[in-house]
Amino acid sequence: MSEEVIRTEGLTKVFSKHLTAVDHVNFNVKQGEIFGFLGPNGAGKTTTINMLITILKPTEGKASVLGVDIAKQDNNVRNVIGVVPQEYTADEDLTGLENVLLCSDLYGIPRKIAKERAIELLKLVELTDFKDKKVETYSGGMRRRLELACGLINRPKVLFLDEPTLGLDVQTRVASWDYIRKLKKEFGMTLFMTTHYLEEADALCDRVAIIDHGKIVVVGTPEELKHSLGGDIITLSIKEDPDVSELIRAVEHVKEVKNEDGSYRIKAEYGEVTAPFIIEALRRKGYTVTKLMLTEPTLNEVYLEYTGKSMRDTEESREAFRAQRMTMRRARA
Amino acid sequence: MSRLNEHRPSRFHGIWALTKRELKKWLKEPIILLMAILQPVLWMGLFGKAMNIGNMFSSSNINIPSIIPIPGQAIIPPQSGSITISGAALSQMFGDLGPNIMQNIFGVTDYFSYMAVGMISFIVMFTTMFSGMSIVWDRRLGFLNKVLSTPVSRGAIIFSKVLNASLRAMFQATIILILAVIFGLQVSSTFNVVNILGIYAAIFLLCIGLSSVFLALALRSTKMETQMAIVNLINLPLMFASNTFFPISQMPDWIQAIARVNPISYLTETIRQLTILPMQASVLMIDFTYLCIFAAAFSVIGMALSWRYLTK
Repeated sequence: MSEEVIRTEGLTKVFSKHLTAVDHVNFNVKQGEIFGFLGPNGAGKTTTINMLITILKPTEGKASVLGVDIAKQDNNVRNVIGVVPQEYTADEDLTGLENVLLCSDLYGIPRKIAKERAIELLKLVELTDFKDKKVETYSGGMRRRLELACGLINRPKVLFLDEPTLGLDVQTRVASWDYIRKLKKEFGMTLFMTTHYLEEADALCDRVAIIDHGKIVVVGTPEELKHSLGGDIITLSIKEDPDVSELIRAVEHVKEVKNEDGSYRIKAEYGEVTAPFIIEALRRKGYTVTKLMLTEPTLNEVYLEYTGKSMRDTEESREAFRAQRMTMRRARA
Repeated sequence: MSRLNEHRPSRFHGIWALTKRELKKWLKEPIILLMAILQPVLWMGLFGKAMNIGNMFSSSNINIPSIIPIPGQAIIPPQSGSITISGAALSQMFGDLGPNIMQNIFGVTDYFSYMAVGMISFIVMFTTMFSGMSIVWDRRLGFLNKVLSTPVSRGAIIFSKVLNASLRAMFQATIILILAVIFGLQVSSTFNVVNILGIYAAIFLLCIGLSSVFLALALRSTKMETQMAIVNLINLPLMFASNTFFPISQMPDWIQAIARVNPISYLTETIRQLTILPMQASVLMIDFTYLCIFAAAFSVIGMALSWRYLTK
């Protein structure tokens, strides 16, 4: 299971003297995992994905997908990957089925096999009933699913998803997660996705990398990243008056205790495990816990910790910005 | 489900898939086709019929009295007294002159046939210039990037656009030619079925040259409006500084200089040779040679520029 599916070494893309979009990036993605790429606008997410899917050539450094070099053997890479772009690329004038068949033609799949696969995939994404309807009648969620079907037509081993739920409402987004999980589970597919919905990364990804200013600032599982912030916050109150800070501090994994007017703010690792120990320690000394609240840091805190709170004036090109706006608008159509 | 994709698109497969997509989109919008054809039809119907140059030279436009007295001293050698000639005879003389002038200037006696052929060039030029523009949308909607991430060769992406432009142009040119015949285009005695193949060949040559360049332009311009402006700016001079409406020989020198390198002139000349004029092999040879050189040079430039853009 630990086979490396994607590997980059010093991957770099320089657009101009002033704009190094991706700056010596190193990471690897293991077989069968969902790898999330997070970062603010213009951080280099899309540029990285575009290099991995061989649309852009790296200025420097190396990367391989399934052991195939993306620069030297780009056509071999294209054959084994599936791409679900950020935009709605399906042709509105054509039907859902026609669109999937067009994709299959681009991979050179013979028509007979293509038809079988297309039917199968449209069933997978629950578009069977709409396959002969023009795409212009589809909702945002249906279009996303159609894109997914197109991305799977060549039975890829690695699927790249660029902002898979951009602009979708919560219900559709959660439903999309289910499809993505299903792909991982049923087909053992490796997925590489970019997103800037942090709860999405948290819910879906086995590991995430946070990228900022073209550099990877941290890689790890969502859990690891949250723990790296120094643990959870436990807030508790006791019935009795005396200060019990020392008592709490003695419990394992507790890192910091603050008495704020009889309410204790405790920073502890593995909060959900540590909290019962604190209660037990207090109870043994005859104290009664009246109130307890456990707050886990979310990926939001992690993200802000690593990328800073300053807002970004987007460095992305106007075209990229426009594309994103158009995607969001069409998602709601 | 975990097998690798065992199929590889052949070059032809990719070109055909992409061309088919464009054609399907095109045929699903008959309104656009209709509008595209309507413009040259209006030119033909209004301009071609209203500009009745042949009739301008007819004797009815010269008010000749039935009896014309001429003073004797105006005759060489001078006569005494005055003589009269019959206006009807003079009118007959001028009447014969009109078609003669037309024949010498336009090569045919009716202006409509002359300009209707020009309209074929007109629609070919328009179709080719605008059709490359769809790639601006393909790029903006992300379709281009999606195709770039599939194993279809870059060359196929470019060539399918060029091919699509050419097919559209040929189709529309056919409709215009048929309509022109219905409206009164008179084909020469040398016209036959083989000539039609020649017409298609000439249109195809102009198309691949022009559309390659405009495709490269469209790929680089981020705005559709820029491209529209460019097309609108150059189509008028290209059309008027050519033999589309008037013969080059009657133009001032500086326009002649432009018209003689303008590929539109050569396409129009070729089609005229093949339809309304008595065919001259030597003229056709020159025209086709020029069109071939144009097609080769411009498609190489255009495709090279597009290629560089797509493999950045």
